[in-house]
Amino acid sequence: MSKKIITPVASLAHILPEDYRDLVDRGPHGKSVGIKDLGSFKEITEEHPHCAGCGVSLGVRLALAALPAPEDTLVVGTPGCSFFALSQTALNYSNTAFGNQNSVASGLKRMLSIRYPDKDKDVVVMAGDGGIADIGLDMTLHSWFRGEKISTIMLDNEVYGNTGGQESGMSPEGQVLHMAPKGKNFKKIPVFEMARTAGCVYGAKVTIASPKRLGMAVNRAILLARELGPTYIQIYTPCPTNMKFSPADTLRIAKEAGRAHYAFEEFMTEEAAGRIAAMEGGQEVQED
Amino acid sequence: MCSEKQKNRDTVAELLHGLRNKAFITGSEAVAEAVKRANVDMAIAYPITPQSESMHLVGELFAKGYIRDYYRAENEFAVMAAVHGAALGGGRVFTATSGPGTLRAMEMFPVWAGARQPIVCAFMCRGVSLPPSIQPENIEMGMLLDTGMLMLHAENGQDFFDMILQAYLIAEQPDVHLPVGVFADGFFVTHTREEMLLPPEDCCLPPYDPGFAPVPVFDMETPPMRITRDPLLNKSNFISGSANASWHQEVLAAAERARKHIAHFMGGLLEVENPGAKIFIAASGTAVSQSREALRMMQAEGMDAGLIKIKSIRPFPASELSKALEAADLVVVPEFNAGGWLAREIRASIDRNHRVIGAPRVFGGMTMPPWLIVEEVKKALGAGQNRGGC
Repeated sequence: MSKKIITPVASLAHILPEDYRDLVDRGPHGKSVGIKDLGSFKEITEEHPHCAGCGVSLGVRLALAALPAPEDTLVVGTPGCSFFALSQTALNYSNTAFGNQNSVASGLKRMLSIRYPDKDKDVVVMAGDGGIADIGLDMTLHSWFRGEKISTIMLDNEVYGNTGGQESGMSPEGQVLHMAPKGKNFKKIPVFEMARTAGCVYGAKVTIASPKRLGMAVNRAILLARELGPTYIQIYTPCPTNMKFSPADTLRIAKEAGRAHYAFEEFMTEEAAGRIAAMEGGQEVQED
Repeated sequence: MCSEKQKNRDTVAELLHGLRNKAFITGSEAVAEAVKRANVDMAIAYPITPQSESMHLVGELFAKGYIRDYYRAENEFAVMAAVHGAALGGGRVFTATSGPGTLRAMEMFPVWAGARQPIVCAFMCRGVSLPPSIQPENIEMGMLLDTGMLMLHAENGQDFFDMILQAYLIAEQPDVHLPVGVFADGFFVTHTREEMLLPPEDCCLPPYDPGFAPVPVFDMETPPMRITRDPLLNKSNFISGSANASWHQEVLAAAERARKHIAHFMGGLLEVENPGAKIFIAASGTAVSQSREALRMMQAEGMDAGLIKIKSIRPFPASELSKALEAADLVVVPEFNAGGWLAREIRASIDRNHRVIGAPRVFGGMTMPPWLIVEEVKKALGAGQNRGGC
């Protein structure tokens, strides 16, 4: 998208809402801004109705700030907590039936490749653990088997948040939750490992407490998906409302997870590693 | 492939009213012949009997360059979701399914309508479990009546061919922009060969132009950008409830606006044979063909009988039926399903609806011999005489 498309004619600019004018004047379109620049540009996320201390809302905010080309990014989601922030975002966002996101994204990406053969249109799936790992797992995996050139980002709060705190396939073993009154009796579904086996060319596991790594992973995933094939990122986005911790403790919980079951991890094919080296010149990303 | 060969031609008029050549083909082949001329950008397939052959042939069209992208997806829900994604991206799409596949994909059909997508899907109707049956039966149509999609019911292979092309023309009208299901009774239509008339191969629909869509295209080129593409109204308050309701009303209104386009491209929502008759058979799909034979038998016996072929199930020709049946004493509605959805629709559309006899109904692989229809007519007339008029 050219910025001209959203730029209002000067004589009518004053009737547009302030946040829209702000987006045109100070938005990220066509600029090389990312998570490190947060606070210095108008973000494409707007106000949202997530709970206080919501990990998902921070995950969405960080991932969107890290998009390499927000002006040509289309996000496909699924019903669940993530849509509250995503539906109030200055990019095309769609969610329809629960779990169908990777199929919708497959059709969308292919059609945009037909209609815009000379342009990169980044199709990104952003959805929760229930949508990706439970009800939509077959469609997640098949999009990877087929080698669809899309990025899949799981916002993993390890619970069905929006429906009130039920067990998800990504909940930790033993956790007592609604619909698991005696505790979950099987392990977290190994979607990250399955992504590698199913054909993703790049994968990363990261928490919202590591914004720089998160930004790096999102950037890599989207750029690699343009050329090479499917990519996957799993972001730990803890839920104070359903996991019953104080909203002020979200980052502490995420940091602790980052030292335990959610340690930063990446995989990539040799070809992907070569592209990353060429794109980044071998720069290491470290959290402060 | 299509658009290069047909510059400066009114191909819509040629397709609908131009010279045609004879072909002796199956209904499945007729589907492929229609798709070949429909300038389809993308088709997505998943096998199920009796649909499979048509989507094999559509795949061959892709291999020959008639379609720009095509793949076999993992199940019908995934197919209908991917077709939705492709339509979001602003192109013309096609898919097809049957019976259990229709039910598996069910959640996506109201999504297509709600997202105002002119998707054309062929349904080769068959039985649904339990008990399992792959035989011709159209109970799935009764389950789709209120999904918001338009529904056309083909009597034979010629109808199937014509209706697929007509479906795109109707679906893509800016004041309609809704999905259209084109239904045919499996096997009877898909697997039998009949003589059909086809327009020349180099005559195709003009390409789909998403610029005429009544909703913004999902391509990050069409403002406004700050939108939820779908009518997501998840909050429980009066404003969002009202907004959701008005969106639904607009989907229904768009289907109503389709009536004039159906009349224009298809010559009406129904066809009446022997108007003014006292006894009518009203049917859709292959039950119409069986009814034609039954009608011939009744007329040979001197009965004052007529036939109504209902082509459009959604929108439903309620006022046309009411008018056509004004002077009728008896309306017999033969159906290939156990539920009797067509008889219900007709009963809900006309006055003095005790005149409607919902029979015969065959299903699970039974055939519908014409004498069965004649017998129902005679039975109803006899019962009518016993109770002093019907």
